[in-house]
Amino acid sequence: MSRIVGIDLGTTNSLVAYMDGEIPRIIPGPRGENKVPSIVGVTDNGLLVGEPAKAYLVRDPSRTIYSIKRFMGKSLADITDELKYFPYAIQEKNGVIRIVIGEKTYSPPQISAMILRELKRRAEAYLGEEITRAVITVPAYFNDSQRQATKDAGLIAGLEVLRIINEPTAASLAYGLQKKTQGLIAVYDFGGGTFDISLLKLKDGIFEVLATNGDTHLGGDDIDRRLVDTILREIKTTYGLDVAACGEIMQAIRLEAERVKIRLSSEATVAMAIELPDGKGRYERMWSRDELDGLAADLVERTLTCCRLALKDAGLQAGQLDEVVLVGGSTRMPLVKRRVHEFFGREPHCELNPEEVVALGAAVQASILSGSNQDMLLLDVTPLSLGIETMGGVMSTLIRRNTTIPTSAKEMFTTYVDGQTSVDIHVLQGERELAKDNRSLARFQLKVPPLPAGVPRIEVTFLIDANGILHVTAQDVRTGASQSIEVKPSHGLTDEEVEHMIRESFQFAAQDIQARQLIEARTEAESILRATEKALSRGAHLISEEEQRSIHAALDLLRAAKDGEDHRLIRARIDEVEKATHHLAEVLMDATLKEALESKKLSQILE
Amino acid sequence: MCWHCQSEVGGEYFCKRCVKVQPLSPDLDYFTCMKLPRILQIDEKALEETFYELSRTFHPDFYTTRDESEKAISLGNTALLNAAYRTLKDPFQRVEYLIRLEAGSAKDIRSAPPADLFEEILELQEDLETYRTVNPAEDPETANQLRAKLQASREHLESRLEELESALFERFRRWDELQGQSGHDGIDPRPQKDALLREMQDLLSHRTYVRNIIQDLADTLG
Repeated sequence: MSRIVGIDLGTTNSLVAYMDGEIPRIIPGPRGENKVPSIVGVTDNGLLVGEPAKAYLVRDPSRTIYSIKRFMGKSLADITDELKYFPYAIQEKNGVIRIVIGEKTYSPPQISAMILRELKRRAEAYLGEEITRAVITVPAYFNDSQRQATKDAGLIAGLEVLRIINEPTAASLAYGLQKKTQGLIAVYDFGGGTFDISLLKLKDGIFEVLATNGDTHLGGDDIDRRLVDTILREIKTTYGLDVAACGEIMQAIRLEAERVKIRLSSEATVAMAIELPDGKGRYERMWSRDELDGLAADLVERTLTCCRLALKDAGLQAGQLDEVVLVGGSTRMPLVKRRVHEFFGREPHCELNPEEVVALGAAVQASILSGSNQDMLLLDVTPLSLGIETMGGVMSTLIRRNTTIPTSAKEMFTTYVDGQTSVDIHVLQGERELAKDNRSLARFQLKVPPLPAGVPRIEVTFLIDANGILHVTAQDVRTGASQSIEVKPSHGLTDEEVEHMIRESFQFAAQDIQARQLIEARTEAESILRATEKALSRGAHLISEEEQRSIHAALDLLRAAKDGEDHRLIRARIDEVEKATHHLAEVLMDATLKEALESKKLSQILE
Repeated sequence: MCWHCQSEVGGEYFCKRCVKVQPLSPDLDYFTCMKLPRILQIDEKALEETFYELSRTFHPDFYTTRDESEKAISLGNTALLNAAYRTLKDPFQRVEYLIRLEAGSAKDIRSAPPADLFEEILELQEDLETYRTVNPAEDPETANQLRAKLQASREHLESRLEELESALFERFRRWDELQGQSGHDGIDPRPQKDALLREMQDLLSHRTYVRNIIQDLADTLG
């Protein structure tokens, strides 16, 4: 059977891991780096993903997409407050956000798929085999639409998503495997864009989630924004400049804010410097850790409110937990560590790299699904209550939050009018009283035979599977006939759209390869240029002037090609330079050889 | 009969012949599913052990590589198992389920005030209404008075809730005794059982009512 990889599809960074025997390991990239920044650049020559895209962010912010996870399964109305922070244009179509780049639009699952494809490629290069199946992690507090969007992203990337698994529970698997922990543990997962708290009971290889809570819009990004807002205000006061509309400088500020925040985890003060546009000078400032803590304090307190709610649902007191585990990059902040320590009254664990532990756990889950690990079993819960809209716009709960999944609920429907042939059903997720305050998941229409009012009896089963994703089936109790239900997701792609995107993704893949070939050709051109110039400086006197002229001509052509976008042309120019320098290389080699021989003689003489 | 090989040889969860997982009957009651007698004072540790053991038997994680029919059975069985565990783990859901099982599904458990608390609760609800409309900045005296009164009611109701629950648990013990006697001495304790079930049903509905009021008070008083 082919290998299943574990993927942490993060807001800021993504990772892919596999099981090396019984040990989960992160698959490194070609330069040994573990993280792929979750950034995609849609350039004229194709896609850039990860580190190269990050470099592109300041150059062309309107075509460089980051933090796409914040938009998964969301509508425009959900994110109006934060639109100003994103340099790219955003629209909505059929309840799903679309990113506008040039003349094309991309849904969040498509952008996520580009990151997934990069991880897939990385795994394939490293493991030397085709990878088609994966376990992908999501925040525990992700709702049905967000989970479905993640699954769609996998499909578009050419991956069969065998399981969507919650990030904090994945982390607990990695910890549990390593430490053979038993008892009650809290996983505090504060990442780039989301926060989760999960409380688990670990016993003899069973990982039972007792309760989970969180906020899918609370993460390191929000702390960065506090810094950015302060910087913008200060630039305005000191320089009278409003740079908020300038994409390039905004990205420079955002990246600098992130860098300073990260450095302040290990240093007490950090200097910040930002070049202002149009030669208006330089914004410089020292930041202290205390200042950062002041800006982040209420965000950290919000995470603790989630912790209190989870404890209440689990019927536990903070002091009853045997261990507290920290996950996610934002837990590197000393403020976070301190507040978590105070809240639970015990020192939190962070032995495993908090940015890698989720991917490692996903790999462990992959080994469980593949059948090679029979010892461990994860019993997770659904984070949000599921219900339907009833008379008067009230939500009637069918499945309560923190119910162990898979789980199902049945509901009987009938008609109110003679001859009525359909019943409209609106499925919701959330904890609020009124339907309109909860998340609309889907609507569907139940077909009913035309009979007197109250006679038809249609039983609808709502099943939440082990991925936390809803399935609906219906059966006519009188006839026993089951009916297939076409569920129209409120904030999701339809099956047709996903299929279309899968086809389109093959085309991206081709563009992708082009972009990579261009980067590789340019890198090689640069090293050839450097090497040739060095050779000329050492050996120009050994060759004729005409030869020198032809080498310089070839170099000029290569330089011009390197600035262009055609990787084939660059390759051709490289070949020409190599041809033109063939003789020079020989002459230099002879000279070096001669020198070597001469120095040998010399040394012999010295002997 | 096995859904797969049609053999009649049986087997508890797996066909003895083709070893395919078998669907749990949708009519299976939760007590039977969790290998427990129909009693109310259960061994919670044993319940958890059965839950873990059956989870290892049925969970979809162990059926990823199987065919679609087996996957569907694993999913259905696990959903049933999870419902059984969730219901039996909690003593109040457990007794509610038992009442439905023993008395038929027609009798829903409603929320009703205990008769002796009727007057007190009426007054309390009026006070709650008034308290919600009083502005403590304008009329601090009335607000404080009402608050103190409501606080006292809350404490009274909380102790009443404890009484209701211990009265219920006392009937758990009596139910289990009756269950132990069933079939012995040729006596049919059915009439006693039915009376006990009715008592427990009343206690449950009082408990739900009192709990809702306490929650209301907690939300209002903060």
